[in-house]
Amino acid sequence: MTDNAYNFAYLDEQTKRMIRRAILKGLAVPGYQVPFASREMPMPYGWGTGGVQVSAATLMPEDTLKVIDQGADDTTNAVSIRKFFEKTAGVATTEDTEKATVIQTRHRIPETPLSENQVLVYQVPIPEPLRFLEPRETETRKMHSLEEYGLMHVKLYEDISQHGAIATSYAYPVKVEGRYVMDPSPIPKFDNPKMSNCPAIQLFGAGREQRIYALPPYTKVVSLDFEDHPFDPSKAEHPCNLCGAEDSYLDEVITDDAGGRMFVCSDTDYCRARRDMGHQGAQIAAMEEEAGA
Amino acid sequence: MTPLLQVSDISKYYGTRLGCRDVSFDLFPGEVMGIVGESGSGKSTLLGCLAGQFAPDTGEVLFDTRGEGARDTLKLSEPERRMLARTDWAFVHQHAREGLRMGVSAGGNVGERLMAVGARHYGDIRDQAIDWLGRVEIAEDRVDDKPTAFSGGMQQRLQIARNLVTGPRLVFMDEPTGGLDVSVQARLLDLLRGLVREMGLSAIIVTHDLAVVRLLADRLMVMKDGHVVETGLTDQVLDDPQHGYTQLLVSSVLQV
Repeated sequence: MTDNAYNFAYLDEQTKRMIRRAILKGLAVPGYQVPFASREMPMPYGWGTGGVQVSAATLMPEDTLKVIDQGADDTTNAVSIRKFFEKTAGVATTEDTEKATVIQTRHRIPETPLSENQVLVYQVPIPEPLRFLEPRETETRKMHSLEEYGLMHVKLYEDISQHGAIATSYAYPVKVEGRYVMDPSPIPKFDNPKMSNCPAIQLFGAGREQRIYALPPYTKVVSLDFEDHPFDPSKAEHPCNLCGAEDSYLDEVITDDAGGRMFVCSDTDYCRARRDMGHQGAQIAAMEEEAGA
Repeated sequence: MTPLLQVSDISKYYGTRLGCRDVSFDLFPGEVMGIVGESGSGKSTLLGCLAGQFAPDTGEVLFDTRGEGARDTLKLSEPERRMLARTDWAFVHQHAREGLRMGVSAGGNVGERLMAVGARHYGDIRDQAIDWLGRVEIAEDRVDDKPTAFSGGMQQRLQIARNLVTGPRLVFMDEPTGGLDVSVQARLLDLLRGLVREMGLSAIIVTHDLAVVRLLADRLMVMKDGHVVETGLTDQVLDDPQHGYTQLLVSSVLQV
């Protein structure tokens, strides 16, 4: 089969129109979950079928695509989705956050600040923030429409009563423009502040759950909290072992079975760019010292 | 004095079957009204209609709201009715599981209503929850336990605490002591009586247990086949029943 056998970006034009309508509605009502007719994609549910459909409907031939998975450009999911669009859309791809016009992401927001000509597409497993508190979809929709969000705070209350602090560390619920409570997808709560007042368009696609929601540029997004337990966008208290960054979200990597560990930036592009600029973390410095001696 | 609740001509049919018909009464502030009758007599249907859970086919229910005087609760918009249901009203279910979140701690259960009306200070919410648990005789160290770890009587008391924490003015109770053994019932009734007096609550209690209404209710309404057959002061109705069905009901109580 030749690559011309695919329509541009895999989906047919009618499907893309349908998805674009859902995206526009989502942008018009920030934080509201718009139902859409999610298609079967050539990948299993849970691997980003929602994000891929939103990306497919967003991509133009002149776009440059970047795909990240947990911040990394080189993990299986990211590589596969990037190749998928290279093949079916023929668009340019990049690992450089600044050069990308469309960025599909799973579980992270890039460390490099986004700009007005970029679109960030999130893969969302469970779009309903109230799901685990109230399993009935009919009821949660009613709660959204009537703005009954007391239950969301019950979850945070339970966290504090059991753990002494709000233990929710990812998929931390946010309120959009003082109206809808939204699941930010399972990004670490460290990334939550980056969603607010962001110059880029943020789109969220949940394939299995058949929902799309969106944040237009410069939308106010507030993480829910209590007056006496304010929101804390925490991260591991270390600098990156490779690039020395102290302001980026870190992965903890176990290096042996004797308690050895290192902390590295989860955003691989950010880490590489910093090392190219000459920044050095503890591990690189030690290795160079060893090589020099 | 203006009545807190004015009910007129409430009828509810399930298809062609009768739920309840032409029920009218006034409830004054601080008054406790008992509704008794056998199973299927329409008393739970009536309670559901009053509490906004079902829409009756005819009639109106005027509630004396804090801000805007008497309003027909059946004509309120849904957000208004739900707001009323979590501030001025309370509903105590027969089965505590229906009125509690079983996966959430006791403190969270009591705090939910506070958070639903905008409380956002953890310390305050927790203090109020502990205070209310104390009032319903649940020890402070059980505040972080889930209701699944509670006995039936404790669950029922927790449900009452959860309902009363926002200081409602009208409480609907559907068989609040059903399924509890008699000594637990007695303590629960004692507690309810104390709370009703202390907070000046108005209440509508549906039950088939005449002992419950004799202890709690000022006035009594007896229902049979969807109709009200007799109303009056509780003592008067129970000691000198006029209607044949009421006579049967009163004489059916087992004497120990």
